[in-house]
Parts: sequence; structure tokens; C-alpha cells
Amino acid sequence: MSREEHILELLIGPQHPASGHMRLVAEVDGDVVVSLRPDIGYVHRTVEKLAETKKYIQVVPLVERPPLADTANHNLGYVLAVERLLGIEAPPRAQWLRTLLAEMNRIHSHLYGLGIHGIMLGSSTAFMWAFGDREIMIEMAQRLTGARLTYSYMIPGGVRRDLPPGFAGEMEKALRYLERRLPDYDKIFFSNPVTRARLEGVGVLTKEDAIRLGIVGPNLRASGVPYDVRKVEPYCAYPELDFQVVTREEGDSMARLLVRVGEIKESINMIRQILKKLPEGPILEERYLKMIPPKWKDWMAEKGRIKIPAALASLKPPKGEAVARVEAARGEVVFYIVSDGSPKPYRLRMVTPSFRNVVLFEHLIRNCRVADIPAIYGSIDYFPPEADR
Amino acid sequence: MASKSEVPEELRSLLSEALGDLSPEIQMTAGSVSVKVSPENLREAAERMRKAGFDHVKAVTAIDLPEANEIEVVYHISSYTDPRLSRWIVALRTSVPRDDPKLPSLYDVWPSVKYQEMEQWEMLGVEFEGHPGLRRLLLPDTYEGPPPLRKEYKVKVEGINA
Repeated sequence: MSREEHILELLIGPQHPASGHMRLVAEVDGDVVVSLRPDIGYVHRTVEKLAETKKYIQVVPLVERPPLADTANHNLGYVLAVERLLGIEAPPRAQWLRTLLAEMNRIHSHLYGLGIHGIMLGSSTAFMWAFGDREIMIEMAQRLTGARLTYSYMIPGGVRRDLPPGFAGEMEKALRYLERRLPDYDKIFFSNPVTRARLEGVGVLTKEDAIRLGIVGPNLRASGVPYDVRKVEPYCAYPELDFQVVTREEGDSMARLLVRVGEIKESINMIRQILKKLPEGPILEERYLKMIPPKWKDWMAEKGRIKIPAALASLKPPKGEAVARVEAARGEVVFYIVSDGSPKPYRLRMVTPSFRNVVLFEHLIRNCRVADIPAIYGSIDYFPPEADR
Repeated sequence: MASKSEVPEELRSLLSEALGDLSPEIQMTAGSVSVKVSPENLREAAERMRKAGFDHVKAVTAIDLPEANEIEVVYHISSYTDPRLSRWIVALRTSVPRDDPKLPSLYDVWPSVKYQEMEQWEMLGVEFEGHPGLRRLLLPDTYEGPPPLRKEYKVKVEGINA
């Protein structure tokens, strides 16, 4: 038989093959994948174009929608870029509260990815456990921000709400619960012989390729590259937190999974440190705080919330440009904003970790079995809406 | 567009040593160091930057500037392996005419540009010559009209903002 006769094109998706709408175009020879091309864009929501039609503060909800399980970190990256344009910095307490939500979101996002990976491997237990346990971080985030997923908690100059009463105690219970749960996950999923057989040595990404392809996040660190924005260009409270960058050398699907598990443990430690050392003080930058009328200040003190002053609602940053990067759960997110001095961004560039990682589909999923497609896909923690923006 | 702060001396000397004869315009902006070169020198500059240790591209951004009749293309680059460089982001940039926006692709230099050059081609119509395959990525195959991130494409506004 000629090559054409036994190579078959296999279309996977676009109806939600795993974690969102996308299509994988695979060429298969029997059950061996010869090549694979990701066909993305099914959930493109024109974030960059829409941002040009909105005021700076209205862009906050826009940029946090795509990475649904990891909204806080994208919110943060955008807000840091706007603050650089304005030449302002949030007060210390706001910086620490931002870090708190960012790390809570990292745990939530990693559990979400872990659950999806589980169900892709046929482990419905891992899926249900992870999706059940992520509720804890969602509930805690709701107490802090008022929303389950799309918090819009961080605004240029600060955060919208202060820590609610009793939060630290409730969080400690939540963290202890998660710490008790991780060994259960290990028994039923990470150390499960089926999981290990499906993931070890599968979809190996070498260190050189990870660097060359510009891979980000746990996927990069699982290939032995210790790059983490929280250490490289520390922001918010990270310079004052004690934490390790989790890396592994193997570069396979198992390593990527285990880096995320390691990061959950680091995030638990960081949240404890934050709640212990949280500085007192205002949660909004002074110049905006001054604009708030006295009667609203009483309301703010009583409710622990910010009344957004008009100047903050229609920001006009000076002409110029700013770049900010933060370490989101799935990897580095980069915001680049060009301002022409008007109340709307002239150009907003948002490069999400999943978009940087999309190249892994064509790079890792070849010369492997069809059954390896979901095993590798899940290990990348790729999220189509985050990539498509 | 530059802020008042100075380019860090260490980086300035590295950049002028690597790119000196390509007459780059170097200035500090918020969060990055901007290096502007002519389109003819872009590829050469990119190769030298890679040799200097800048091993990956974080973002490829094209910016439509109808008043200047230009499209500016910006590559935000940095390093994963050299901790001295990782702290910085360099914005390597050039401008091309708006009615004939052609540039050599930097895919050979930094494979990490692959999907981002594809996206900027689709969204702003910049031709990256030598790219291994510019194809529709995020837009539907049936899309007709100007590249949507060009300023002449107006977003239709509905509801309370209309």
C-alpha cells in the first residue's frame, strides 16, 4: 500500500474534545499519530479589539474572562501594566491581598487542570475529587471578592475589598483540608500504576525545545528550566515570601502533572505566610483615596470596600507604553498597552500562557499512539478560551 | 514615548556592543527597554540578540498607526537561561509602510514567534516573509473585510453604549 492509502486524517473536535472548543487534525497510521495540527480560534472573543473600545477600567472584566479558572492572575497582569502607564503603585496591603487571591487562584486552576487531565485518562474519581475540592478555593474567593470566578478584584491603584472578618481562620481550615487531601490524590491518581503507565515517558519535552519554542509555566519548569516571573521579576508581595520554584528534569507528561502538584503545596505555604504577615493600611492608592467624599469613607470603613472615584472610572494615562508580566497558573502572561493619552487603550496586547503553549500540540503529539493524545493534551493544561482570547 | 528613567548601564553596553553598527534607537519605557531598528536590519539585529542570550520571544505585536501611514511591529524578547537577561524585557521594533507591510519572518531565529506572527498577519495584515505557513488562526474561514485590528475596522456597538 502507498502512504496515502494507509494514512488517515482524523478530526478530533471542535465540539469540546476536552477543556473547551478546538479541533485537532491528526494524521494517523493505524493507531500511530504521524502528525497533529491544532486548529484553534473557535472561542475567539476579540479581546484585543474590544479593549480599544472600552475605558481602562472596563477592560478588567474583559481580560479575565478567557482564562476562566485563573482570572485573578490575568486581572493582575493587566492592572500592573496600567499602573506602570500611570506611574503609580498600589499600597502594601493591596499588594498582599492581590498576591493572596493570585495564589488561591493558582490552587484552583491547578485542581481544575488536574481534574480535566484525570477525566481525559478515564479517571472519573480524579475529576470529581478535583472539581469538588476546587470549590473550596472558589468559596473562599467568593468571601473575599463577592464572586466565584470572575472577581474583577484588582483595580488600578489597589483592590476593591478588604479582607472580611474571620477569613484567616476559615482559610486555615481550608488549607488543612487540602493538605489532608493531597495524599489521597497521590494514592488514587498520581501513584496509580495506570496513571503512571499512561504518563511516564509520554510526550517528552526536552529542555532545549522548551526554551526554543518559548514554552511557559509548569510545562517549562517540568523540562528543567527554573523560570518563574515571581522570582525573575518579583511583583506585589512575592519578594517577601519564602517559596521554591518547583522544577523537574524528566519533561514528560507525569513531570508536568507533578510540578503542578508541587506548586499547590507551595501556594498553600504562601497563603499562610500572607495571612500571617498581611500589613495594615489602605487598600487604594492615596491620590484616589483623597477623591472619595467623607460620607463614602465611613461607608468604606464599615463595609471594607472601595467606592470607585470618578477619576479612576475614567482613567486617562499619559501617552506612552507599558509592559507587565506575571506568573499566572498556566504560565507567564504578558500585557503590552499602548496609550495615546485618550481614555481607552490605543492597542492592548494580551499574550496568554495557553497561546504560548499551543505549539506543544504539534511538537509533542507525534510518533505516539492515539490514546496518548488525551494523556499529553491534559498534561499541558491547555485551555482553549485562554489561548483564543 | 519614553519615560524619564535611564536604560540600565549593563544592558545599554550589551545592546550597543551587539547592535552598535545597526544604529538602533535605545530608550527606556515602562517595563521594557525599547530598541528600534530599520526593517532591513531587523533580521540581523534579531540574530545578534539571540547570540547575546535572548533565547525566546514573549510577544509579537503589530500596531496600526494610520496617521503616520505605518505599522509598527514589536518583538518582546527575553531569556530563560541567562538570569542576567531574564530580569529585562527588550522590545525589538521596526516600522513598515501601512500599504505594503512586509517583513522577514523571525521564525528561523526564534521559533517561538510561529503562532504570534500568524496571528499578527491575520489581524493586521503584516506579511512575514519566510514564515513556514501563514494561515487563518483565530478568525473564521469565512471572514471577509479588512484585517480586524486595523483602525478602519470599527466595532459595531449595541445596547447602552450605542
